[in-house]
Amino acid sequence: MTPDSNANATDPTDDRTDAETLRRVADRTPTRLDVGRAGPRPPTDALLEFREDHGLARDAVFSRVDDSLVDDLDLVTLRTRVADADQYLARPDLGRELAEESITRLHEECSETPGVQIVVSDGLSSTAVETSVPELLPVLKDGLAERDIDVGTPVFVEFGRVDVMDVIGEELAADCCVILIGERPGLRTAESLSAYFVYGPERGGPTAEKSVVSNIHDSGLPPVEAGAELVDLLANVLEQEASGIDLREDDREFETES
Amino acid sequence: MPVKPMAIETTDSSVKSRFDSVVEVLATANEPKTGDELAGIAAESDAKRVAAKRVLAGMRLETLRENPVVPYEEDEVTRVIQDGVREPIYDELKDWTVADLREFLVDSATGEREIAAIRPGLTSEMIAAVTKLMSNLDLVLATSKMEVTARCNTTVGESGTLSFRLQPNDPADDVENMVSAIREGLAYGVGDAVIGVNPVADSVETTTRILEATHEFIDDWDVPTQNCCLAHVTTQMDAMRQGAPADLVFQSLAGTEAGNDEFGVDVDLLDEAYDLARRRCTSSGPNVMYFETGQGAELSGDAHHGVDQLTLEARCYGLAKQYDPFLVNTVVGFIGPEYLYDGQQVIRAGLEDVFMGQLHGLSMGIDACYTNHIQADQNDIENLAVLLAAAGTNYFITVPMGDDVMLNYQSNSYHDAGALWELFDLEPAPAFRDWLAEMGLWHNGRLTDRAGDPTIFA
Ligand code: B12
Repeated sequence: MTPDSNANATDPTDDRTDAETLRRVADRTPTRLDVGRAGPRPPTDALLEFREDHGLARDAVFSRVDDSLVDDLDLVTLRTRVADADQYLARPDLGRELAEESITRLHEECSETPGVQIVVSDGLSSTAVETSVPELLPVLKDGLAERDIDVGTPVFVEFGRVDVMDVIGEELAADCCVILIGERPGLRTAESLSAYFVYGPERGGPTAEKSVVSNIHDSGLPPVEAGAELVDLLANVLEQEASGIDLREDDREFETES
Repeated sequence: MPVKPMAIETTDSSVKSRFDSVVEVLATANEPKTGDELAGIAAESDAKRVAAKRVLAGMRLETLRENPVVPYEEDEVTRVIQDGVREPIYDELKDWTVADLREFLVDSATGEREIAAIRPGLTSEMIAAVTKLMSNLDLVLATSKMEVTARCNTTVGESGTLSFRLQPNDPADDVENMVSAIREGLAYGVGDAVIGVNPVADSVETTTRILEATHEFIDDWDVPTQNCCLAHVTTQMDAMRQGAPADLVFQSLAGTEAGNDEFGVDVDLLDEAYDLARRRCTSSGPNVMYFETGQGAELSGDAHHGVDQLTLEARCYGLAKQYDPFLVNTVVGFIGPEYLYDGQQVIRAGLEDVFMGQLHGLSMGIDACYTNHIQADQNDIENLAVLLAAAGTNYFITVPMGDDVMLNYQSNSYHDAGALWELFDLEPAPAFRDWLAEMGLWHNGRLTDRAGDPTIFA
């Protein structure tokens, strides 16, 4: 029996129109829709496609950002205290700290007290960095420059976690710090990038005082648009001198309760 | 609450281990979890783990009450838990050992009535402690005895029912795509627990748009369910104050004050949210709150105070209880391998969490899930779903074909609902089941052949 046999359907539908509608619906979304079923279970094809995508997503976690990309983007390379990919997964605490030499390098090669310190990091997906950062970064840098905001010397951090931006921002005494970092890869795409940012970065600063724009990729927020949006958001952070929940509270229009 | 430092010696003379504090016994007695290893508090050997379990087995409930894992003066979550204890019931239980509690829970003579009678006397630490003595089958058995129901627009948790959250997330917050995913999910019979969307953009504008679209769909098709947009609670509150139609108010919880601070919430804010929800939610209630939790969140925010992740998870439920929530679920396996390493750890934590939630008296469900950077696959969470359907969890999360393309992780598929109902002879919540029957999707206790065809909502 197939789902189309419609034994209990009340009104007979035009199967062809339905099929077209369904295809249109499924085509405009990255979500796995219109998969059909075999009894209560997914059809064999859909099941195998899912398993195949799982394999691909797992591989994405262990790939590295190409050195030439970092050079092309003119980023100063830093390292966290993480030694390798396995340790990266097991020890998020080490991914939040810079290696000793990298702290020295940071002070040697980067200008201090920028308005917005830009950090790029592989995080959980180097693919995300490779696909989105080349498009996003110039839009971000130019946009901030146009508003006379000093972007200092952008850096690349290998094996980084979000909070490594606190260390970098504090060391350089940046007003604000933004990190473009690979999200954990999904089944549909390993290209999803996030931009986390914080006003007045300092070691151990609470997550609640940070903000994030996530799902930066072609089926989410396209990288170029994300760059433009970030320019506005970061300019606002500098103006309000706040990020995260603090920013929200300033923005909140409290209607007094009746 | 006085906080007495205590030293404990194991009663088993063959084991020479010594523990310095209740916190240490609790941590050492835990089943293996990478999160406890990361925190540097896990048992260094299996022998040590069992030694701690033995000490715990002989520990009186009073000792656990008097030694909350984070001091009363320092932590508002501790205060909520301690102040919520009904003293006369506690007085009758305080001389029980943790082993007594385990044996009471698995006793064939113990059912929901008996468990309900002791619930108000338990603290989260006692519940965490007994969990550490229980095997996986113990947990399934004890959970299956508990029947906790809650009512918003529908009632979940009645015996013979199994409900599902429909999670139609979209990476661009595209409402049309969300509605497509809702149509498909409803066609598979899921969505009676909640139609709950996580927005990408945490703004009042997006939250309002999502609440309005889901509310309108529910109204148009007269679906007996509730909507929710899982933005930060402050965003939902602002949206509701401006008139956005929310049936439930959501927030993620942590088990310490410092953890909640990381999340940007505290007890005052939650009180305010609960008060607003009771006055402004578009649902009929009485239960109008929705919480998510998950082992590891506190350590991730460096807010764990040297306490193990299972005990902290229990404390999330102690806090949640304060707000009579309609739904609470653990998102087990959501964060990564640094807290739960593989399928075995995820399955164990899932069983622990649902058991602990129900023993707290919560309408407890689960997002049985995994990310692509842990050692697990769909088979592991299908196993977990079978175990927890047997245990009588109130609900599961489902996403189209198990793949959430926004949060980037995998959970149960819409398809799993039909299989679980069939396997355990269960049904959706009654009002929703009747609605499915009217729509031609449910007949004679099963999904019909029409199920899975979203064009019926065209
Ligand atoms: C994993 C995760 C979590 C985990 C974080 C733990 C961890 N170690 O990763 C947990 C479950 C604790 C969590 C909690 C919350 N999260 Co979250 N989370 C994610 C998720 C799925 C993946 C993040 C990722 O890949 N990080 C990359 C790695 C490399 O980062 P990391 O350094 O290892 O981990 C840090 C980040 O994950 C960060 N983080 C995680 N969530 C959030 C949310 C905010 C607002 C901020 C500033 C930071 C942050 O905190 C971690 C520790 O520093 C994203 C979705 C996505 N597609 O990205 C949502 C996401 C970032 N979270 C989101 C939200 C709303 C929350 C909550 C506010 C929910 C709530 N209502 O309480 C809470 C509280 C966050 C906080 N203030 O601490 C939203 C943000 C929306 C927005 N634009 O503000 C996202 C985009 C999901 C969504 N659309 O709903 N989250």
